[in-house]
Amino acid sequence: MSKAMNTSGYAGFISARRLLFWSGIVALCAWVLVPIYLVALGALGGRTGAYQWPKNFLPTDISLQPFILFLKTEGVFQSFLNSLGAAGITVALSIALGAPAGYALARYNFRGKDSYRLLVLLTRAFPLAILALPLTVSYIRLGLYDTVLGVGLIHTVLALPFAALVTQGIFLGVPRELEEAAWVFGCTRIQAFFKVVAPLALPGLVATAVFAFVISWNEVFAASVLTVRHRTLTAYLLTVLSESPMHYRFAGGLMLILPSVVFIFAVRRYLFAIWGVSSK
Amino acid sequence: MANIVIDNIKKSFGAFQALKGVSLTINDGEFVSLLGPSGCGKTTLLRIIAGLETSTAGDVRIGEKSVIGLLPKDRGLAMVFQNYAVFPHMTVYENVAFGLRMQKADDARVKKQVEKAAGLLHIEPYLDRYPNKLSGGQRQRVAVARALAVEPGVLLMDEPLSNLDALLRLEMRTELKTVLQEAGTTTIYVTHDQTEAMGLSDRIAVVHDGRIEQVGTPVEVYNHPATRFVGGFIGNPPMNFITMPVTGGQVTAGAQQFAVPAQGGEIVLGLRGETVERAPTGQGLDMQVRVAEPMGSHLLLTGSILGQPARVILPATETVRNGETVGLTLDPKRLTWLSPENGVSYPAAA
Repeated sequence: MSKAMNTSGYAGFISARRLLFWSGIVALCAWVLVPIYLVALGALGGRTGAYQWPKNFLPTDISLQPFILFLKTEGVFQSFLNSLGAAGITVALSIALGAPAGYALARYNFRGKDSYRLLVLLTRAFPLAILALPLTVSYIRLGLYDTVLGVGLIHTVLALPFAALVTQGIFLGVPRELEEAAWVFGCTRIQAFFKVVAPLALPGLVATAVFAFVISWNEVFAASVLTVRHRTLTAYLLTVLSESPMHYRFAGGLMLILPSVVFIFAVRRYLFAIWGVSSK
Repeated sequence: MANIVIDNIKKSFGAFQALKGVSLTINDGEFVSLLGPSGCGKTTLLRIIAGLETSTAGDVRIGEKSVIGLLPKDRGLAMVFQNYAVFPHMTVYENVAFGLRMQKADDARVKKQVEKAAGLLHIEPYLDRYPNKLSGGQRQRVAVARALAVEPGVLLMDEPLSNLDALLRLEMRTELKTVLQEAGTTTIYVTHDQTEAMGLSDRIAVVHDGRIEQVGTPVEVYNHPATRFVGGFIGNPPMNFITMPVTGGQVTAGAQQFAVPAQGGEIVLGLRGETVERAPTGQGLDMQVRVAEPMGSHLLLTGSILGQPARVILPATETVRNGETVGLTLDPKRLTWLSPENGVSYPAAA
């Protein structure tokens, strides 16, 4: 009798735990997804949909018109190109500089390795806002102010720590013995890297590139401070949208959110590599 | 084909001395095993020969040429790794061809060599597959074929069978012996498994605590271990060590008397368990049997001789009860005498 009570009590405990676990997940998902969904509703529901209250949770009349209008707005296309340019520079530089750093962290033992790793992360703890003024001044002096290259460079600074740490995890996932086998069978260190390590690390490197792209794409503060005419999409929208009708803002917002969400979702399992968990 | 001279190699990791001055000469075409417990430095030595690790001091010469400071690729060797290290993004064919491609061999030669190596290792049916579709044993064959395809002067093997299950290991061991005999390559084989070393090698170098304790043929190392460590490490059951009193250069064991290389005091008898026979009543060296285990092929006795732990093997036809005392006759030609002070054995002739 008491045993039966115990088991049912235990089962109850388990199911309560499970309930808590799943409600936690649902709450977290809702926290992220509901706003995105509402933005999408506002963007696709047209002028009436954006102002309607209470909202219908299912879209009533879907139209892409706000989007098309939005894309036709003057400056949007140019700033879209600017964003692509800045993100391209960020991706190229953070892979070109971050991957070697990650490789070194993964394969070599050197004094101060742990402090170096911490230092890399600490650069992200430094608030960009404090840097805004000196950065602007130096940029003007260097001739980088209001250029896509300048924005790309500052975005590289933001993405580089992650690139180094994520690629470290990815290179750790490639067994050292494979590289040694390549050396024994006729490769120099560099040949071994390109023939054996790089092909195996490629999915992870692509994920790192995507992540760097998203960091640049989403960044708005530095881009707003450092540009006037050559704005990236985020910076441009920030100035333009405050003077636009509601459904228009939603369309712009959705345009900004969607690429990042899709990209990050696609590469999510590689980003765990930053915690030292192998991507396999 | 090449001989290898290892000349007083030392290696330290910080304060830890992994190799304390190791010298060994391996003749052209010879198969030498580095045998020792884990952490003894045998793998470190192999990696220094391969060029994957730098030595702190000493020289390695392959074919009379010092290779210290050369990249692994310039040392004229091939290697089989413990975890196979087969490239997962290449087919079996490309794996086996890898070394040849790096040598810029033309396609006809690559094809010929790959087919030859694949034939030796019986992996022709898998040449188009990727390694993740292969079992552990098959991957091991690919790793060996990859090494043989380049026809290396020297073949290094780092515990190549340790990741296989017992049955497969036995099978691969026999096969390796056949294949390597055919190839005639100078081979250094690292293992902690004495049966592998005994079965495969021309000579065995027993490594212990960063030093080579003994180099010799499997039979020499087994019958006349140079040190107590070697005797205890090789053989199953391990060699028995029994400290005995010496009077006037003689040791008495039951009715038997042995001249020993010591005048008085004590000496240690190194006794292989299977070299004894049951003595007629009252004439043998007494052993108090604690446990008698009939193993089918033989009878294993565990107990003590002169109050010191001992294990001996008698023919399966004998019957011994637990707790019984049996007399043993020793074979004078198969005894090893060791110094009780430093555990080093006296020369076999003495």
